[in-house]
Amino acid sequence: MNALLIAPILFPLILGLLTIAFWKYRNIQRIINLIGSFVFLIIGFLLLKEVLSEGIQSFQSGSWIAPYGITIIADTFSAIMVFITSFMALIISIYSISSMGNVTLICAKMLRKRRQFSYYPLLNIMYMGICGAFLTGDLFNMYVWFEVLLISSFILLAMDGTKEQLAATFKYVTINLVSSAFFLIGIGFVYGMTGTLNLADLAVKIPELENQALVTLVSVFFLICFGIKAAVFPLFFWLPASYHTPPISIAAIFAGMLTKVGVYSLIRVFTLLFVQDVGYTHNILLWIAGFTMLVGVLGAASHFDMRRILAFHSISQIGYMIAGLALYTPLAIAGAIFFMIHHTLVKGNLFLVAGLVNKVKGNYDIRNIGGIANAYPFLAVLFLIPALSLAGIPPLSGFWAKFFIVKPGLETGEYIMVATALFVGLITLYSMIKIWTYAFWSKDPGVIKESIIKQRVFSKENVFMTIPIICLIIAMLATAFYPEPFFQIAQKASNELINTTDYVNAVLGGNAK
Amino acid sequence: MESLLAILIGVLFASAIYMILRRGIIKLIIGLAFLAHACNLLIFTIATTVRGKAPLIEEGEKHITEGVADPLPQALVLTAIVIGFGVMAFAIVLIQQVYQTLGVGDVVELKENDTPINKISNNDNNED
Repeated sequence: MNALLIAPILFPLILGLLTIAFWKYRNIQRIINLIGSFVFLIIGFLLLKEVLSEGIQSFQSGSWIAPYGITIIADTFSAIMVFITSFMALIISIYSISSMGNVTLICAKMLRKRRQFSYYPLLNIMYMGICGAFLTGDLFNMYVWFEVLLISSFILLAMDGTKEQLAATFKYVTINLVSSAFFLIGIGFVYGMTGTLNLADLAVKIPELENQALVTLVSVFFLICFGIKAAVFPLFFWLPASYHTPPISIAAIFAGMLTKVGVYSLIRVFTLLFVQDVGYTHNILLWIAGFTMLVGVLGAASHFDMRRILAFHSISQIGYMIAGLALYTPLAIAGAIFFMIHHTLVKGNLFLVAGLVNKVKGNYDIRNIGGIANAYPFLAVLFLIPALSLAGIPPLSGFWAKFFIVKPGLETGEYIMVATALFVGLITLYSMIKIWTYAFWSKDPGVIKESIIKQRVFSKENVFMTIPIICLIIAMLATAFYPEPFFQIAQKASNELINTTDYVNAVLGGNAK
Repeated sequence: MESLLAILIGVLFASAIYMILRRGIIKLIIGLAFLAHACNLLIFTIATTVRGKAPLIEEGEKHITEGVADPLPQALVLTAIVIGFGVMAFAIVLIQQVYQTLGVGDVVELKENDTPINKISNNDNNED
């Protein structure tokens, strides 16, 4: 089963190289990427199926015995994340058929066009980095995968070379270099304390250390590093400053997947490695979670650009996931994982809808557009379902996601966190209603020229933008009306995260202490 | 040797933070380079430094004889240096682009360029 474990890393690489080979032929690139994305989804699905039926799968690269080589390991949590990545990859690749391609003004856009040739290769290399970070069982290797996905995300963010994009990329690069430095410092200290970087080996050795205060200190380095990537409360400022600038398909994959890599790593290290002083570290996490929810949603309430509103909501929703981790009960972590599934689907979807709104109305600022509900009722429905789900209206998936965070919160007596979570849900609803009233219900203020608003939602090229949105809505409704199988998988993943012995045994063999 | 390196790392971190907090974008990049070097040196020092002894197992022995530096962190540092080099090259090209396109070399002026979102663009350029 080694091949299946390594496939989510190798396959995007092959796909990236293939699309580089057809550098100048956009249509061939698109076809390769579309077929490849289907295969990628199948790989993701097979891996998830394998892990669910056979338990944790691991593989030592180069056949080095466990703590010495680089371990590739897929537990249920990793497999879920890889599967979602492959699903989003397919969605984005369908969406990109129309959204990235038709640059209508030929001459002045040559430069822009040339830059966009690197879109598919970079996207695939980024998926490789994301899957690598999900599947690796080695701390330093995780750093390497982070750098792989970061460098491709840098270029994707700056791809059109517009002023806003360059300014945004500059901030994004700076903050991520600082975050990588924190990661390296953390790795250095962990190695200095234990002499190993294998996650499973660390899970055995860290509890045996005498100086547990130092372990807690080192955990803060990881908290800062992954916190920057996940955009949690005091460290999120780069996200709203950069996520509104790239093309919408890139923004969707960034908001859907990239911050999740940070959350994944946080959950991984704070369930596997740094659990000796839960009262201290996870209490910090709980406060961070509360502030992240609150500040994110207040930021969203104050903005009018759809992409900025959605970017701020990403921050706010990250808070719920961190809250699930911070409560540190099996139900809460299962809730956090369910929330990650829900949020990837919904947030990706809302960004794609924003792209479609921009396509038909020519602007992202909700004060400049209006009347969509009358002109394009179908588009309005496409927006309304994920928007209500994000706000947590039952019976949509957001309701279940929030429910599984709030319930363990009540059980453990963290009433302030629960109150914050519910209050934030209310403001989320307010800000979704704001988009709805301004962009969909109000009259078109008529500031955008008529020539821009010439395309219909179901013109030939827009079909490719609508199909992925519908796919995401179907997936989201599936998690809403049949949450049980999804939640059972999340619960299985959470049990594996809390009882680390399975993970350790899968890597080190049965002889672990 | 280690205490000397520790002081050097401290100085590097201090100057890195100082440079990152300055306004010029070139200075910021220099600061980030210092930060990366400081981290690499930190990992290098954590592995202890021993001069003139290769970490090789003597013939007939099963374990390494005492008193050699751990070679693994040095391999990690090498990897980190190579990655850092690539990222730094990208960052330098980026600030050159920023300077050419925006005409600013200062993070405070840069900030003014990131909020043209409310402007209404009346061309097809806005269609992604």
